[in-house]
Amino acid sequence: MAKIGVFICHCGENIGAKVDCTRLAAAMGEHPGVAVSVEYKYFCSDPGQESVKRAIRDNNLTGVVVAACSPRMHEATFRKACAEAGLNPYLCEIANIREQCSWVHTDKDMATEKAMDITRSMVEKVKRNNKLQPIEVPVTRRALVIGGGIAGIQAALDIANAGQDVVLVEREPSLGGHMAQLSETFPTLDCSQCIMTPRMVEAAQHPKIRLLTYAEIESVDGYIGNFKVRVRMKSRYVDLDRCTGCGDCITKCPAKKISSEFDCSLGKRTAIYTPFAQSVPNIPVIDKANCIYFKNGKCKICAKTCQCDAINFEMQDEFIELEIGAIVVATGFQVQNNTMYGEYGYGKYPDVINGLQFERLASASGPTAGKILRPSDGKEPENVVFIQCAGSRDPSKGVRYCSKICCMYTAKHAMLYAHKVHDGKTNIFYMDIRAAGKGYDEFSRRAIEDDEASYVRGRVSKVWQENGKLMVRGVDTLLGRPVEIAADMVVLATAMISQPDAKEFAKTIGIGYDEYGFYNEAHLKLRPVESSTAGVFLAGACQSPKDIPDSVAQASATASKVLALFSKEKLEREPVVATNNEATCAGCWGCVLACPYNAIEQKDILDRSGKIIKRVASVNPGLCQGCGTCVTFCRSNSLDLAGFTEKQIFAEVMGL
Amino acid sequence: MSEPFEPKIIAFVCTYCTYAGADLAGTSRLKYAPNVRIIRLPCTGRISPMFILKALQKGADGVLISGCHPGDCHFTHGNYHARRRWMVFRALLEFIGIPPERVKYSWISAAEGVKFAEFINKVTEDIRKLGPFEQYTQLIEETEAAASL
Repeated sequence: MAKIGVFICHCGENIGAKVDCTRLAAAMGEHPGVAVSVEYKYFCSDPGQESVKRAIRDNNLTGVVVAACSPRMHEATFRKACAEAGLNPYLCEIANIREQCSWVHTDKDMATEKAMDITRSMVEKVKRNNKLQPIEVPVTRRALVIGGGIAGIQAALDIANAGQDVVLVEREPSLGGHMAQLSETFPTLDCSQCIMTPRMVEAAQHPKIRLLTYAEIESVDGYIGNFKVRVRMKSRYVDLDRCTGCGDCITKCPAKKISSEFDCSLGKRTAIYTPFAQSVPNIPVIDKANCIYFKNGKCKICAKTCQCDAINFEMQDEFIELEIGAIVVATGFQVQNNTMYGEYGYGKYPDVINGLQFERLASASGPTAGKILRPSDGKEPENVVFIQCAGSRDPSKGVRYCSKICCMYTAKHAMLYAHKVHDGKTNIFYMDIRAAGKGYDEFSRRAIEDDEASYVRGRVSKVWQENGKLMVRGVDTLLGRPVEIAADMVVLATAMISQPDAKEFAKTIGIGYDEYGFYNEAHLKLRPVESSTAGVFLAGACQSPKDIPDSVAQASATASKVLALFSKEKLEREPVVATNNEATCAGCWGCVLACPYNAIEQKDILDRSGKIIKRVASVNPGLCQGCGTCVTFCRSNSLDLAGFTEKQIFAEVMGL
Repeated sequence: MSEPFEPKIIAFVCTYCTYAGADLAGTSRLKYAPNVRIIRLPCTGRISPMFILKALQKGADGVLISGCHPGDCHFTHGNYHARRRWMVFRALLEFIGIPPERVKYSWISAAEGVKFAEFINKVTEDIRKLGPFEQYTQLIEETEAAASL
């Protein structure tokens, strides 16, 4: 005979104000099988939980229903309390009468009716709940970090320094990401390369880090603690083991006029190249699309130059299979292409550039060796106009969100320009100055006060060319008048957007993303570095626009999550898995087709002499994720899903 | 009839998207019609057509099914199975004489609290217009064979 305890929580006024809890408790007390039905102000509080435990012990309850907030909130809390009182935690269910009842309805009678239905339905379910035991799965203590920018490097180093194995995968030929492209960084103005390259080298030389550059993730299977990852090593056409990185091939390569991605098309590179001088590893790759040999079948000058015989034109892509326990996704961002602003002339006038291009101009290792020169004629600009929010906070043409870093880097650009061109004039069109961060507001004030950046509050409507000048027409909304400035260069503070293949990649690893393609965290405030998929963590700008300090902080946070996971021998998993009744299984294998995780195997049933008498499906509880698709597929009704059995669900329906 | 007809609607939703979307509607304090009772399942792939029939038999005037958007399923493709199953089942519903309009199918993500509230209001209105669903009640009364578990 079922002895169910029903515990109705007022949640202060949250439930109590809209649901008549006394009536609800009385009605549930009458329901068959309910032994206890009580109400209380806050069941999640310590005394509340104690009263649940006492009721379980005193009445020998066989099941518990807590009518309270969403199970996503306190299911774990109450299941733990039940376990402490000696009741199997899976005999406890939550009736959601807050998020899905009291908070969304105004009529008290209707809400109370609904709360009764919800609670009764749960009581009927709990009567049919089974005692379940958590499933233990082993943990592979090896982390995969995807993306070799500052976030990925930081995460990899933190995990590796704690003594765990890391595989760091980067799709470009070198580590570094966007940070390697930057000139100097706000708010300290320290040289980006000076702080970045030592970390790159450290990651490459770390005994616990296996570095795979020019590599892409092909597929990810498995689950937390037990991922199987396939990595494609793209053919570099240069043997990593033989090449010494002398660079002779690069000097001799005749295809010299290829636009450099690293320099944002402001510089040129050869067909065999390293993205930048401090590349890690310092091993070039051949750009097949632009290589003269690959195009015409003749050249091979690099191979002739190479003294180590490292060039191999026959090289093929290779695949590596990895066993991984946890994944850190640090795939970074892209800058938006500003050509959608026809009125700003980006792409039309060479001297209208974006912020990242300005970084390359200001960088000592950039195409101009750190001199601010106009891309069109190589002359020093005397007057530079910066346009902030060129893409960000613009729902009509750009993106709705704030890219977070542009206010700061524009202030930095104004400073760098002032430091390099002493009599230069700077105008910055802005909407708001968002300088929240340690030392940030002081920094942007410095740009105004010390380096005489002139901030104009307003938008720019048009940029056009006139007598060799870029005419910028905008509005000064503080003075309430139109402004026209004759500039030599215009810099757009372009929006940070997700990687072009971010959504596709999210599907490969099985994580969620938002409308912009940034990856979704499990909880924006409380679980900001976890994805919705257990064992997959998020670091850096792949989750939302971020500056370097935030990316590094988040990367270290993912490392601590990974290390917490690796601190255990075995993981405990929810026992919500499918089970098969072998007696009735007909062996049709419909479930095998339905299963997204290849968790269903064939099992031979033998008689005493070892002869196969039947072949049935068998669910591997380690692989099963508990979606229940197979259960619905099962023609003979042999499969069932623990925690959501057919009986339980029909009972729930009947209870309504 | 002075009182407007209040339909009873049973919703089968997946826990990862629509259930979370319903929670979001709650935390955002959106208001919607109180006619829907939600049954939480791990995935829309778990929803058996039998649940829908049972709900209608039990006295529901409408049933709704909702899960993650195509491509967003937490279990990679449970929702595709659900969709395919629904396409077939819909034809069957028509065949046995249950108006398919009584069963609504939708995708609502964990971020779409507003969509959830609007959807519930719309479905409630639609089902209210269709009136009470009495086919099964009549049938059960006629045969005197009450449904039992």
